[in-house]
Amino acid sequence: MIGWFNATAAVLLIPIVTAAVLAVLPGYRLTARLNVLAALASFLSALSLFFVRPPPGPYLLVDDLNNVFIVLTTFVGFTTSVFSASYISHEIEIGRLTAAHLRFYHAMYQVLMFAMNLALIANNIGVMWVAIELATLTTVMMVGIYRTHEALEAAWKYFILGSVGIALALFGTILVYMAARPVVGEGLDAMVWTILVAHAATFDPALLNVAFVFLLLGYGTKVGLAPLHAWLPDAHAEGPTPISAVLSGLLLNVALYALLRFKMLLAVNPLALAPGPLMVTLGLISLVFAAFMLYRRRDIKRMFAYSSIEHMGIITFAFGMGGPLANFAGLLHMTMHSLTKSAIFYAVGHIAQVKGTQKIADMGGLTVTNPALGWGLVLGVVAIAGLPPLGIFMSEFLIVSSTFARAPLLAVPLVIGLLVGLGALFLRLNGIAFGEPRGESAPAQASFVPMFAHLGLVFAAGVYLPPQLVAWFQNVARLLG
Amino acid sequence: MQGQMHGLAFDIAHLLAGGLVLVSFMQLYQDRLYALLNVFALHALVLALSVAWQAYIQNAPHLYVTAAIALVFKAIVIPVVLHRIIVRLGIHREIEKVVGVGPAMLLGIGLVALSMVVMLRVTAEADPLAREDLAFALSVVLLGLLMMVTRRNAVSQVVGFMSLENGLVLAATGAKGMPLVVEISIAFSILIAFIVIGIFLFRIRERFDSVDLQALDRFRGERG
Repeated sequence: MIGWFNATAAVLLIPIVTAAVLAVLPGYRLTARLNVLAALASFLSALSLFFVRPPPGPYLLVDDLNNVFIVLTTFVGFTTSVFSASYISHEIEIGRLTAAHLRFYHAMYQVLMFAMNLALIANNIGVMWVAIELATLTTVMMVGIYRTHEALEAAWKYFILGSVGIALALFGTILVYMAARPVVGEGLDAMVWTILVAHAATFDPALLNVAFVFLLLGYGTKVGLAPLHAWLPDAHAEGPTPISAVLSGLLLNVALYALLRFKMLLAVNPLALAPGPLMVTLGLISLVFAAFMLYRRRDIKRMFAYSSIEHMGIITFAFGMGGPLANFAGLLHMTMHSLTKSAIFYAVGHIAQVKGTQKIADMGGLTVTNPALGWGLVLGVVAIAGLPPLGIFMSEFLIVSSTFARAPLLAVPLVIGLLVGLGALFLRLNGIAFGEPRGESAPAQASFVPMFAHLGLVFAAGVYLPPQLVAWFQNVARLLG
Repeated sequence: MQGQMHGLAFDIAHLLAGGLVLVSFMQLYQDRLYALLNVFALHALVLALSVAWQAYIQNAPHLYVTAAIALVFKAIVIPVVLHRIIVRLGIHREIEKVVGVGPAMLLGIGLVALSMVVMLRVTAEADPLAREDLAFALSVVLLGLLMMVTRRNAVSQVVGFMSLENGLVLAATGAKGMPLVVEISIAFSILIAFIVIGIFLFRIRERFDSVDLQALDRFRGERG
């Protein structure tokens, strides 16, 4: 149709070229605008993938599964860049960031977008690994950007745990290659996912099993599954808030997406172990653990970081259960969680700036002092807690009902985790949003468009899901097996 | 004759891979940073020899590049730079102990036994050279992990991480015909990782005049 335009190349080239430009350009306003523009261009290119799709090559692949993720990633990347522009201008005013830091920050933002797009689009399991490693390194640097004691410790912890996870994932990747080699032959082909999945039925099951355990532990660390989650709350709490939004909304998804690709390999092989029970167990542990941990949080960003662990647990659980309905619910939940959690972090970022602190004890009565922020947060928390009529209610309802139908015993801890998490969130929300106003209450100089756009989408999805979207997700759910 | 040559190639590959595991053990009980860095240089040297030998017997010239990177970058450049850093920080004489030598060695032996049992069992079908190489590689990876969790000092954690990556390189080269993509990426990631680490060490020094992570630990958890 449009011969000269290659959308897969565009979603990779736009961010990386922009990153190079942003690394040298001075001036805050210009660079922030360029950042937004580049993110918008990537998003539009990603959208075009729905219509024109290049055939899979040895390195890149776009199919129904990753198309959704690419569009979601570039969309949240775009809205976060808008939020980031207003967030960062405040940080410059109060002197937390300097011009040099800012150049670095913007360049890293685009490198991160590049790395995530590459990880999603890669057809080669080696390239996918490299991309996730790159994404990890860029976020490590961004988490440490404020250079306070806490930020440095958070970045160091993230770096060490992330590297260990990444190393285990590489070992798993090598084992997959070893399993594929006798069947597919030596060389590049044995790392190309589309070729692997075509031949996975005849791979050595024992080798594939061990490989999956390493991949689950490795990429699972990046997903933030308990007990491998230790890096996640610190990294969320100490970095700039736009990065918390991208981490929670996107990077965790990307790591989980990598796991799903490998799960599909195992699903094809009848002799390999079923990956489901492993994922169900890790998912439930994360959900219940995070739900209880939510009660003792005193830092607002840390609290929502634990909420992310909880939701990644739910999603992993859903994919672990498998089957068309649970997979569908998992995909929907992933999308809704990305949109909602990033919206919450947009609100939290501005709230922390208004209050000058992240301590929950120093916040109160936000709906009175800053109505837009306060109600935005209330709406976000109502959504993330899974109350009707918002989108997350629907996906959680599907997960719970399908679990009750197939394995009622598993549904008990699932429901307990959900309810405990809900209680904790409302307990804290009550203090922050209502009651006596506490702390500073200067009006926020903020753009609320990204936050309300996300919440609007989540609301719309809860009320009405377009049939095309449902059909698309059902198709992907079938692919996942 | 052919069989004998094969046997010899085999034995040397085993000798080198086993040597790497041995040097990993030596790292475990080094309690002085200076000595630890020397042992790490030896680790990288053995890795370089092992990779070069794999390149020779697999007839895969591109692996020589990986070997050269291991030799120049990991066995020479990084130890020298880290030596300078610790001297400038004045911590090269420091003694660190978190877990005693005995327990650490016992744990290490347990990990090696574990990786032998796991890898040899699941790779029964694979060709013998690759499978034993993989078992050694996993041992090196696990010993690197053990080192990272038993040390408190940032420099020793980095050394633990690098020896872990050495184990990965051993595994990748042992997997015959694995595409170059991955080897380059491994080398590259080490480079990047080192830059990152350099920045961190610099920043930590700038802030605290110390690279002891215990100094940072008081900010752990919710106290902030």
